[in-house]
Amino acid sequence: MKITQVSVFLENKKGRLYDATKALGVADIDIKALTIAENEDFGVLRMIVNKPEQAVKTLKSYGFVANITEIIAVEVPDVPGGLSQILKILIDNDINVEYMYAFVEKNVNQAIVVFRFDNPDKAISSLTKNNIRIVGKKDIQGL
Amino acid sequence: MIFNEKIECADAKALKTIQSERLINTISYVYKNAPFYQKRFAQHGISPEDIKSIDDITKLPFTIKDDLRDNYPFGLLSKNLRDIQEIHVSSGTTGNPTTVGYSKEDIDLWAEVVARCLCCSGAIPGDMIQVAYGYGLFTGGLGFHYGSLKLGLTIIPCSSGQTKRQLKILQDFKPRILACTPSYSLYMAETAKEMGIDTKKNSWEIGILGAEPWSEAMRKEIENKWAISALDIYGLSEIIGPGVANECQHKSGLHVASDVFYPEVIDPKTNKPADNGTPGELVFTTITKTGMPLIRYRTRDIVTLNHEKCQCGRTSPRISKILGRTDDMIIVRGINVFPSQIEEVLLNTEGTEPHYQLVVTREKGLDELEVLVELNESFFSDEVKNLQNFEKKIAKEIQSVLSVSVKVRLVEPKTIERSEGKAKRVIDKRSL
Repeated sequence: MKITQVSVFLENKKGRLYDATKALGVADIDIKALTIAENEDFGVLRMIVNKPEQAVKTLKSYGFVANITEIIAVEVPDVPGGLSQILKILIDNDINVEYMYAFVEKNVNQAIVVFRFDNPDKAISSLTKNNIRIVGKKDIQGL
Repeated sequence: MIFNEKIECADAKALKTIQSERLINTISYVYKNAPFYQKRFAQHGISPEDIKSIDDITKLPFTIKDDLRDNYPFGLLSKNLRDIQEIHVSSGTTGNPTTVGYSKEDIDLWAEVVARCLCCSGAIPGDMIQVAYGYGLFTGGLGFHYGSLKLGLTIIPCSSGQTKRQLKILQDFKPRILACTPSYSLYMAETAKEMGIDTKKNSWEIGILGAEPWSEAMRKEIENKWAISALDIYGLSEIIGPGVANECQHKSGLHVASDVFYPEVIDPKTNKPADNGTPGELVFTTITKTGMPLIRYRTRDIVTLNHEKCQCGRTSPRISKILGRTDDMIIVRGINVFPSQIEEVLLNTEGTEPHYQLVVTREKGLDELEVLVELNESFFSDEVKNLQNFEKKIAKEIQSVLSVSVKVRLVEPKTIERSEGKAKRVIDKRSL
């Protein structure tokens, strides 16, 4: 049920984000969703891509520090209150969100949001119990 | 094997007699042949007759690096230039470089002292040595070359650089001894890893590493990576180049060739002899050289000196590994900081590499010390807070050693300049 996220360490230097995305472009890797977390010295670029293992290999060959983490993508009804409904389930089950970001592309009336939870397995079971659909690896490929 | 047992294991009294005789000769020699020293002694009211034994050495004035620069290129020679056989030059970061002239006897002496160092490290005649110190104006390459010839080793004069070729030679020729700077040995390990070479399986058994200060922790790292015994060699071109002192297999200090290079340790502030075992600046007097003898030359290296007999049988005094440099030392908010202290911390912290740089700035009159540390892949996290905590952890460790607050900044691997010679560890941006 989990999908694979690629994270990259970026020093806060001119052109590093460009270098990373360019490397992925050359390797024909499609970025499906991304976010950057940063402080004053460095940033961490997190992405969902079509070929995560190949993306990490490519980035490493360009000298980047990159790794893979398992992450959960959730279908969120694309209507007012859609996201809060999901968060309510999480609060009720005492699950913390470490960070989250949204997909650019979406399935008809559903937005897709990526979550990093402190307790991912519990999150999956709580959400599915409440009829929230977790997006699988195959679904991502289809986007 | 001890190359010159008679000298290296001489009892203290016999050694002192030799040193006294040689000092007396050297002082009258430079007084006669080097106008620089004639003038310097006169300024200090010293005449050669005042020097009756080695104990009188403290009466003599110091020679410093600026004396060499100010008298560039040949002002300190005690011989006519046509009787000088070889000239070496060490690059200066400011002003003139320093030049050193070797007479024929000096070249023979150089071969002798390096041969002693090679034996001290465990080399025996017939061994193959890969000399990966630079050949040329730098003394490292040729110094090892002459010593290896003297001892009867099979020499591969690789010089430094062309790392992939070095590693191919290692695999194909199977040398037993590696001679290079400690940082270059680590650089070679990185390259080997990229080439898919198993660094644990190689023919090197001994590494004779020097030309820059390195810590015990760095020794462990090198010994682990290459599966070798890593020994420290000390030298400086002004005195002769490599060959001044070397560790034996007990790794408890570097044996100084004190019958030819007489060592003293002084308090760099008061210029008085440091108490026994107290760290201080290492000072050398060459007592047999003829080309360019130096009297009480201040090395700027901070060491301790130990006169006890070593387990290996040598009686020669031992200097500690270099604890710091009087010039590499930076003073941050009034506290002496040596890069080696930070290196020690990094090597003992999981997830960091010993590749670092110190950047000192002054903001609103207050010194700031920033330590750039290369992030090890295994410690990368997708969460910024984990990386920040890691920075804080390193900073805390460094602070506890230095007693000065630092800011640690993680940088991408391999972005701190690697050097095949001496690593540049400090960038001081303060305009003092």
